[in-house]
Formats: sequence, C-alpha cells, structure tokens
Amino acid sequence: MAFAEYLSSWKSFDFDRFTEAIDDAAVSRVLRKQTLTEQDFLTLLSEKVDRFLEEIARKAAQRTRLHFGNAVMLFTPMYISNHCENVCPYCSFARHHDIVRGHLSLEEIAEEAQRICSTGMRHILLLTGEAPAMVPVDHLEGVIRLLRNYFSSVAIEIYPLTGDDYRRLIDAGADSLTLYQETYDRQRYERLHRGGPKADYLFRLGAPERAAESGIRTVTVGALYGLSDWRSDAFYTALHARYLQQHYPAVDIALSFPRLRPQAGDFTPRHYITDRQFVRLLVASRLFLPAAGITMSTREAAPFRMSVLPLGVTKMSAGVSTSVGGHGGEGSTPQFEIADNRSVTTIRDDLLAAGFQPVMHDWNRSLTA
Amino acid sequence: MDELTIGGVTVRSRLITGSGKYRDDRIIGDVLSAAQCDIITVALRRIDFDRPDESILNHIPKGKILLPNTSGARNADEAVRSARLSKAMGCGDWIKIEVINDQKYLLPDNDETIRATEILAGEGFTVLPYMYPDLTAARRMARAGAAAIMPLAAPIGSNRGLLTRDFIAMLIDEIELPVIVDAGIGKPSHAAEAMEMGAAAILLNTAIAASDDPVAMARAFRLAVEAGRLANRAGLAGTSESARASSPLTGFLDS
Repeated sequence: MAFAEYLSSWKSFDFDRFTEAIDDAAVSRVLRKQTLTEQDFLTLLSEKVDRFLEEIARKAAQRTRLHFGNAVMLFTPMYISNHCENVCPYCSFARHHDIVRGHLSLEEIAEEAQRICSTGMRHILLLTGEAPAMVPVDHLEGVIRLLRNYFSSVAIEIYPLTGDDYRRLIDAGADSLTLYQETYDRQRYERLHRGGPKADYLFRLGAPERAAESGIRTVTVGALYGLSDWRSDAFYTALHARYLQQHYPAVDIALSFPRLRPQAGDFTPRHYITDRQFVRLLVASRLFLPAAGITMSTREAAPFRMSVLPLGVTKMSAGVSTSVGGHGGEGSTPQFEIADNRSVTTIRDDLLAAGFQPVMHDWNRSLTA
Repeated sequence: MDELTIGGVTVRSRLITGSGKYRDDRIIGDVLSAAQCDIITVALRRIDFDRPDESILNHIPKGKILLPNTSGARNADEAVRSARLSKAMGCGDWIKIEVINDQKYLLPDNDETIRATEILAGEGFTVLPYMYPDLTAARRMARAGAAAIMPLAAPIGSNRGLLTRDFIAMLIDEIELPVIVDAGIGKPSHAAEAMEMGAAAILLNTAIAASDDPVAMARAFRLAVEAGRLANRAGLAGTSESARASSPLTGFLDS
C-alpha cells in the first residue's frame, strides 16, 4: 500500500471526538508506555498534556541522549536558483512575486561552495526553485558532482522527481532528501498551489517513497506550519515518517517542523503554532519516533533553538543565507527571513557551552560509490 | 598475567570504549585514562580525512589500538569500501564491521557481515564483526576469518543490559574466538555479569558518554570488568534453588 492510500485510510478517523475524550488518565497511560501508537502520539499533541509537559520533556531528552548522544550535526543550505514556476503565496520565489532573481553558473557555484567550505561546513543542503527549464535534472547532476569536491555530504531540497531521476542524483552523490509536503490537507494544498507543477499533490506526496526506493540514505519529511491546522499536519507528518520507517528500514527517516516566516508577498499565516504547542509537537515526535533525526532550522530565533536542543534536536543549520549566492555578499531576494544570524563559529561555540558536541562531519564518502 | 589476545595482538584491558556521543571530544583522553583502555573504536564517518587538524583522531592518545568501525554501511560492499579507505588513510588494519539495515532498532545484518568478514579477512585485515548473537552466523564468521566476534547484548544505545544473555552464553561455549559483548551494556553490573559468564571483553560507549560524569563512569566500568573477569577465573560457586539439607538424604546408602 502506497503512503497516499494509507493516509486515506485515516480519513474516517474522528479527530475531534478522539481529542475531546482525552483526559489526564489517558495521558498518564501513554506516558507509562515504551512504544507509542499513532493514537498515543495524537494524545500527546493535545493541550491536556500541558500539565505533564515537563515530565514528557524529560523523557524526550533522555530518549534523545540514549539514541543520539550529545551530538548535533551542522549543515548549511546553498541556493543555486530562485527562478520558480510555482505560485505558492507563502514563498518569496513564487513566479508572480516581483523579486530579484538569481541563478548561479557552475563557476559561481564553485565559488559559493569554496566560501561555505572555508567556514568549516562539511554538510551541504542544495536548494533550488522549481524551474526545470532553467535547473533541469542534468544540471543538478553536474552541480552535485561539483559539490562533492567540497563537501562530505550533499543533501537535496528540490522539486519532487521521478524514481529514475532520483537515482541519477543519488549516483551523482546525493545522499539525503528533504521534502516538505507543505500541508497534508489535500483541499487546502490544492487551493494554495493552483499553478505550476507543484499543483500535483500526489506526485509530491509519493516523492519520499520514490527516493527511498531509489536508494537515498536519509529522508526528512515535514509540513510548513502556518498553512493549515497544525495538529493534523503534525499527525500526518508522523504517520508519513512511521510509514517510511516501516517500509524502508534501511533509510534514516528524519523530521523537521518549519514555521512560516515573513516573506515577499502578502500571505497571512493561519493556525499559527505557538512556542508551547511547538514544544509539545517536538517532544511528542521524539517519544513516538525515538530513532528519527530532528532538524531545527534558522526559521527559529537563536534563544529558542538553544532552549529546545535537549528535547530531541539532532541537526541544525548554521551560517545560513536563503539567497542565491548569499555567501558572497548581496545575493538575490531571500526565500524567507531567517531568525538566527549566528555564524558557524558562534553556533559551534554556543553548542559546546550548552553541553553539545557540534558534529561537522558525519558521512563517509566511500558509502556513496 | 591475564591478557587478551586478538588477531595476534595482546592487550591488558578487557574494556573497549567508543568515541561518539560525548558533549565534547576533548574529554575523550580523560575517559580513556580512567577506563585504562587499550583499544578504542571510532566511526569512520566521523573522521574528516580532508581536514586532519579537526579530526576526532587528534583526541585519541598515542599508543592506543584504533578500531575503526564501518557505521553507516548498509551492505558488505560498503563495509569493505570503508575498511579499505580506513587502511589507505593510515588508520591501520583493524576493522569493526558494522552493517546495519535497520535505522530504528540499529540491528546488524549478519549475512552481509559474514560476507564482508570473508573479503576483509582475505585482504589481511583484523576483522571484528558486530553481530546479532546467532550461533550459526558466529560459526560462519569464525570460518570466514574473524579475529573475534562481537554479539550485541541489547540494541545500541538502549542501555538495557544482557537481553540476549542465553544466546551469548552459547557463543562463549562454542566459539573459540574471543567473544566481545558489544552494545546495550548500560550499567557496570551488566558488564560484570557478562564477564562472569566468560565474555573476553566488553565494548561500550553510550553508558559512559551519556552519563553525567563520563570520567567517573569510565572508572566504574573498568572496575566492573575487572571484577567480572576475576570472578570468572576464580570459578563461581554456583547457586542453589533450595536450602541444602544438613544431613544428606542419601547418606544411608553409605552406612
């Protein structure tokens, strides 16, 4: 059964009724368990757990420490083009937004890679807008081969591909995929993505499976919080992660919880997720998926990022620019405003001071042939 | 002297530690002194061969035997490539084969591990395969040329102790190679118990690295491993389910 089909099987589940029935006893029951069911995870997203939040946070911290130790892996994104055929109203890159566009040549990518490399960064996340005419898979293949000369690990956060195209990029040296569904609510998704290739909800939904099938090492899934009801998106993200874990046990499955940030355009977030709800989501995810990596992006401010570190975070971006060519100076219009401007060096020092080991290198080239 | 010989090399300590999961790599030296380890395992994926100055290897004192591991490998070919890289980069010819195809429970793939053992032992490596304690697989690893076998006590990082006790006991009884209990040892008492059973050595990491005081915990494990080993050599007195009758029930036969 493909994930899309599995997801539909939850359609008849009455979330409101389930949530209304949650009481202290139900929460305590969940907290006594070693492995959680999907319903248990949903229970932990309820505001009824706020009384127990400290206890849950302690458990989450302990589980994280056992599985991942005190290590936090650092990476940085690199934007190679912000041309885009999509019309996502919440993203600066949308084709109807009047922004400064940028598109790096291979030479410029090499220069940008060199600049990033000199900060000590060894893990790179390659990003681009969805403009297959300007950034076709052929080009991406060449970019990945080039980046492998500078970095130990190359991850991609690009438009969804077919299985064959994923295989080409994996053969070129990509080891990880990040792909956010934005929202799992199909109606809301289709309303937000009326034009461009991104309008195809199912093609995006099935992409992590295709990448896993094609041999990718790590898959990070997530929803963009601020587009739809946070609780259902959180729940479906967790279902997605667990589904991938069960069907592709050799693949590392990871999660991220990006919250919408200010961008070009006039999009107003709805169902904004508060810090308290965010923490609930983070610790519930850790207990439901103890082996999943969790990424904390620079969408969050430095003090918040540092405070949530022990609760389950295993990866962080550092020294970030969301502009094309942003490491070389001005660059183009950023995808969104980041909230943590710290340099790689500062983040490394801050991690050490907080009792965490910044890991710059967690990949072995000989694993990708 | 009660020494341990692996692949022709003799060491004094029966405690092997890892090098990951620390708050700060700079304490590795102190941990190793407290543990008095001779062998330390390092994940090859954590070594940045392009930047030797920043390498975790700089925190490992000279004179220790480096046991690089192939963590991250999902099949025998990847493990073999990692081992060759390790040797080419000057990390020696000891290799702990770790082939894991399950990221949730981190359980080793015995079949692929046997295959990698065969290839690497053939190339002259001192091969220590991390394995699920299955007697048939252990025999195959021994035949393939392993220098020791490393069965897990419980899943990596779980600290749950000797969940596979009876199966490890079979390996200790049947396999002539050193049996090094690896993964899942959470407390000094677990380590002592495995040594009492006859394990040749213990490999552990999380229990030390994730403790509040890794240096003190390293010392506690050293003492536990020594105590367990001494007890094993002394011969445990055994236990009895019931009290022993002071007058023998069959004494009349001799009268």
